[in-house]
Amino acid sequence: MNTNNSGHSVDIVEVTKTFANVTAVHKVSLNIRKGEFMTLLGPSGCGKTTLLNMVAGFETQTSGAIRIDGKDISDVPPFMRETGMVFQSYALFPHMNVFDNIAFGLRMRKLPAKEIKAEVERALDMMKLSGMEGRRVRQLSGGQQQRIALARAIVIRPKVLLLDEPLSALDKNLRLQMQVELKELHQKTGLTTIFVTHDQGEALSLSDRVVVMSRGEVQQVSAPIELYTQPANGFVASFIGEINALPKARCQKSGQDFRFEVCPEISLNGRQPARLELKDGQMVHIFIRPEHIEIAGPRHNGANIVKGNVAAHIYQGTHTQTRVNVPGIGLVELRTKGAAAIDQAPLGSEIALSVPLDEAVILPA
Amino acid sequence: MWRQTLFWVIVSCILFYMTIPAIVVVMTSFNPGEILSFPPNGFSLRWYEKALTYPDFRGAFRTGLIVALISSTLALVIGTSFAFLVVRYVFPGKNLLEGILSSPLIIPHFTTGFGFLLLGAHLNLNQTLTIIIMTHVVLVLPFVARAVYVSLLNIDPNFERSAANLGASPFMVLSRITVPLIIPGMAGGWLVASILSLTEFSASLYVTASRTQTLPVAMYNYIREYTDPTVAAVSALLIIATMLILMAANHFLGLRKILAIDSH
Repeated sequence: MNTNNSGHSVDIVEVTKTFANVTAVHKVSLNIRKGEFMTLLGPSGCGKTTLLNMVAGFETQTSGAIRIDGKDISDVPPFMRETGMVFQSYALFPHMNVFDNIAFGLRMRKLPAKEIKAEVERALDMMKLSGMEGRRVRQLSGGQQQRIALARAIVIRPKVLLLDEPLSALDKNLRLQMQVELKELHQKTGLTTIFVTHDQGEALSLSDRVVVMSRGEVQQVSAPIELYTQPANGFVASFIGEINALPKARCQKSGQDFRFEVCPEISLNGRQPARLELKDGQMVHIFIRPEHIEIAGPRHNGANIVKGNVAAHIYQGTHTQTRVNVPGIGLVELRTKGAAAIDQAPLGSEIALSVPLDEAVILPA
Repeated sequence: MWRQTLFWVIVSCILFYMTIPAIVVVMTSFNPGEILSFPPNGFSLRWYEKALTYPDFRGAFRTGLIVALISSTLALVIGTSFAFLVVRYVFPGKNLLEGILSSPLIIPHFTTGFGFLLLGAHLNLNQTLTIIIMTHVVLVLPFVARAVYVSLLNIDPNFERSAANLGASPFMVLSRITVPLIIPGMAGGWLVASILSLTEFSASLYVTASRTQTLPVAMYNYIREYTDPTVAAVSALLIIATMLILMAANHFLGLRKILAIDSH
């Protein structure tokens, strides 16, 4: 599959889709670069699948344009768009065997039979499915069906590979394995890929960039690390990973020192956040991830220490998630390595937590 | 144990009740005497010989077969188009069309037959095969349309989307994906329609003449004049024929499983 130099760019320009009186996608603009693995991430009903269907041509946008390599494809019917789609249900043709499924797109392109055979065999080989040509699709496992659906989509050398939650029907172990294989496949083929998922783990591990969507609108477009460490708003902060949302706090600024008054009893020291110019007296939302909170020990010097009662321990093997009820803040979650916290801070006991704001996300309220 | 016994007793009673008329007719058909009587007082196959050689029955069977084949095929074409229209398109009057399609279930067969008799007189079509076929198409159409309608509803729309995505034009999607997937439904509907047409009596009574009578009508005419068990023998033969057709249909359902179309 020599597709390394065949990446194509996709531009989505001010695209809006309205069904009856519901706006599914609202003024979405995205530039997907050649060979990029772009993920559309969001809860169900956020418009990500509608957007993908518009790229494939199954839906027509109400307004706006979709371009492949700069050329508007809005009027191109689905069968001439040269996109390769993998459906959540795989949609393998039940009346055809594995070979005929994969060969379908090549036959529609009227390739000579010999060439079709060679291409299908190469695709089967790439997907580690050699020898399965004659099988009926219903006889295959979910993982095998998934690979056939992928083989069927890439064998036509599409301009864009469209993946609609292709991993969500698989069980957990298989899903992780397929994530690795998808990544390898992308590296091997260099295909521009649009991947739709509601699973933030998949989005973070697979993507070059992630588009977070909510209610038909784009919330943030970022590389995975930036998405996790610098979420653009409260929705992204709470949708990606776990995060503690502290009550609205008042910023007290004096020179280079910042204090955030979370409640009359609790004020936390912080610094100027990266992308926000704070004014004295301004209200802010503070988000802090469980792994950045620690149980206070001798090495903590007394600043940013809050006290609360241990409400629950959730042991997860590699780490323990602990819930602490902090008066004035509410439930605070922290994550500590191993099981040490369970002995160190028994249920119901009062403990002190260190809440540094160095890596906290501070957004204007 | 006790409950299981009771269950099987009830099931047997129901089965017996449902098949008793057929059992009585079949037993009577072996009666050696000239009179229709039950229970039979011997065993003979003479009425089968008569049934198979009697010219009226032979002619009527041939007519009925032609009518059944043509009318169920026409119904298949019309019913499939209707089913596509109703499943795939939204248009004003869609509900009305669905209503009309199912109306032969509401309109009694004799009304349909009587209507076509009057219409046939007006169009100068009476005593022709055309008017019988027209009548039978109306009678069997809902069954064909229903069968295709259900198979169409069972197709995952993503099969067709996927085919289009892989480069299949609308015509190719239809011929390579949609039609192959509904063929079991079409064939099943066609078989049911053939059986219904072959055994239809009340509407046929109006629109057939002695030259164009179908088998049930010929049987009715025979029994009005003779009292021997030939009609019972014809009935038994019809039951066997229908059973063979149904076994074919069942084989067909087996085919559905192979195609794995019924698994979602």
